[in-house]
Amino acid sequence: MSALIVQSLYKIFGSRADEAVRRLADGKPRAEALAGLPATAAVIDANFEVRPGEIFVVMGLSGSGKSTLIRMLNGLLQPTRGSVRVDGVELTTLKPAALRKLRREKVSMVFQHFALMPHRTVLENAGYALEVAGLPKAERRERAMDALRMVGLTEWADNLPHDLSGGMRQRVGLARALAAGTEILLMDEAFSALDPLIRREIQDQLLELQAELGKTIIFITHDLNEAMRLGDRIAVMRDGRIVQIGTAEEILTDPANDYVAQFVADVDRTRILTAASVMEKPQQVLDVNAGPRVAAKALRESQTSVVYVTGPMKRFLGTVTEDEVLRALREGRPHLDGYVSTERVRTVTADTSVADLFADCAESQHPVAVLDERDRLIGVIPRITLLSALAAATPDEPTQDQVELVGTKGEPA
Amino acid sequence: MSLTQSPLDSWLPRVPLGAWTESAVDWATGALGPFFDGVAAVVEALVRPLNDLLTGVPAVVVVLVLAGLGWWLRGWKFALGTAVGLGLVAGMPYWEETMSTLAQVLVASTLALLMAIPLGVLVAENKRASAVARPVLDLMQTMPAFVYLIPAIFFFGIGTVPGVLATLVFSMPPGVRLTELGLRQVDKEIVQAAESFGAPPWMVLLRTKLPLALPTIMTGVNQVIMLALSMVVIAGMVGAGGLGDVIMFALSQVEVGSGFEGGIAVVILAVVLDRLTDSAGDRFPSARAQRLARQAA
Repeated sequence: MSALIVQSLYKIFGSRADEAVRRLADGKPRAEALAGLPATAAVIDANFEVRPGEIFVVMGLSGSGKSTLIRMLNGLLQPTRGSVRVDGVELTTLKPAALRKLRREKVSMVFQHFALMPHRTVLENAGYALEVAGLPKAERRERAMDALRMVGLTEWADNLPHDLSGGMRQRVGLARALAAGTEILLMDEAFSALDPLIRREIQDQLLELQAELGKTIIFITHDLNEAMRLGDRIAVMRDGRIVQIGTAEEILTDPANDYVAQFVADVDRTRILTAASVMEKPQQVLDVNAGPRVAAKALRESQTSVVYVTGPMKRFLGTVTEDEVLRALREGRPHLDGYVSTERVRTVTADTSVADLFADCAESQHPVAVLDERDRLIGVIPRITLLSALAAATPDEPTQDQVELVGTKGEPA
Repeated sequence: MSLTQSPLDSWLPRVPLGAWTESAVDWATGALGPFFDGVAAVVEALVRPLNDLLTGVPAVVVVLVLAGLGWWLRGWKFALGTAVGLGLVAGMPYWEETMSTLAQVLVASTLALLMAIPLGVLVAENKRASAVARPVLDLMQTMPAFVYLIPAIFFFGIGTVPGVLATLVFSMPPGVRLTELGLRQVDKEIVQAAESFGAPPWMVLLRTKLPLALPTIMTGVNQVIMLALSMVVIAGMVGAGGLGDVIMFALSQVEVGSGFEGGIAVVILAVVLDRLTDSAGDRFPSARAQRLARQAA
């Protein structure tokens, strides 16, 4: 079951909302559809589901409606039309008291400018949700301390937020949301106000925490690199509409339209693309028990100078070159065993990012071998493939025929 | 109503606003008589004991208490200034009048704040109330201060009570306005944060909005007290007593000396009250935290 389901969600500001929704329903751009109406559409026909335990990123520029969207997910804003279901509960028809209960128990939020209460200590801020829930003081303290421990701020517990740096303040904001113990975390541009270096650090921390806690996170950002780094899946918003939902690789390699393509044009694709998505099928793979004659024939037929050799259970052992095959033939050995070398080839795992492949490619005499988790050979990356993969994936050109795609971060939406 | 009224204007209807007001006040004096008597009794019961207390104890005690308060709130320099200033007043012939002015100011501004702050909260939370309150507050603030004295005399006769009540009405608007402003200025994201964790409206108001609005509300308190002080002098015209009487008498007799003495007493009282209330706001942790946050930004 999905943790959160959003269906045909609209948010119209201004009057004559019904008319606005009717005009927008057939998919026309909002400027055109709403011409002459005293209304602005912030979110138009949003549909998506968020799976338990995933980081779902909503990405868009300012004015794309992403902040409005996230505020409808916990009822801070009332949708004009459509449905939001949190853990099976329809949120749009809840009475205020029931809505507050849902916020206390199911959904907490982290804010762009931290939104800490300046007159309360770090500990009191971290325990705010528990105070609202009416927990006794001792338990509040204990759980707030636990949350501060998770973000590494226990020694600042009795300071005021003012004493902390921006990055630390946002960790308090994160601790406050974690202390609430809700399954769903809404993060509204949570790291956007931080310096790039601090931002990276706190992103790492979030990913570490997430690996441990497995929360369902809806993360809003305008930063594509951040979206790609954090998101299991990404929804791209433009002018109030969600234009594409997919994994980072899907969006990068198969943008739904020109807008998304332009958006992803200047992303550092070497960090997103993985070895698995650029590798090729190895041309010559032989079992270690094959004889040198078989190897020689294989080399002749494929016009290459190297054979990749696998052992029992298809485990990768190394390579044998032309010269060694000839030597084995001369010495009259029945197997390639003894001639296999790992010196001329580097190995990487399937999820190695392309950025980390360059060194291996440079140092590896033969195409780099890509292994799966059981050391089986699943592909190779010749230098030329690596280069063309980078060059090919520019938005102006078709990408699909040049780069073989293998999704690794999740199934398509 | 000029004598040279153009014939072009002759079609304009006459609006006898003055006559209407008079008949309204007439009616109120009759119909609401018991109510006004009750109000008068309450105000009297508040002002008299305070007045008796302040004029009853030796001047030295009052000076030392206020200087001590100044020390606690602002430090020794201000305490010294307070002691010298009030000592000067005590050395002049109008100490008793000064104390009764102080009593009236304290009662009028306390009552004004008791109404202004809740009203400010209502106005900040409710757009419709705000739309109604705004023109009323504009009227209260721009109406010449003397005008309040006329209905006050009608309802309460001559003396301290009409003075205190006219002062109350005159000094209330900044209390309402600054409370509203303070609440509206609270960071929206912080309010949303409180709401996003499921806090009910009363909790958001009491534990988040009000503490964060406090510095602005305290500015309102300060303004209310300052306006009360200025009005209480004018209230001398209706025989409210205190420094107002001194100054009115000096004015009618053209006595420069006693007029100046009364004026200086008002000034000293004003400065002491202003600085004391100004720094009182800083005693609250929320105000201090916000000041620190602003300095850092």
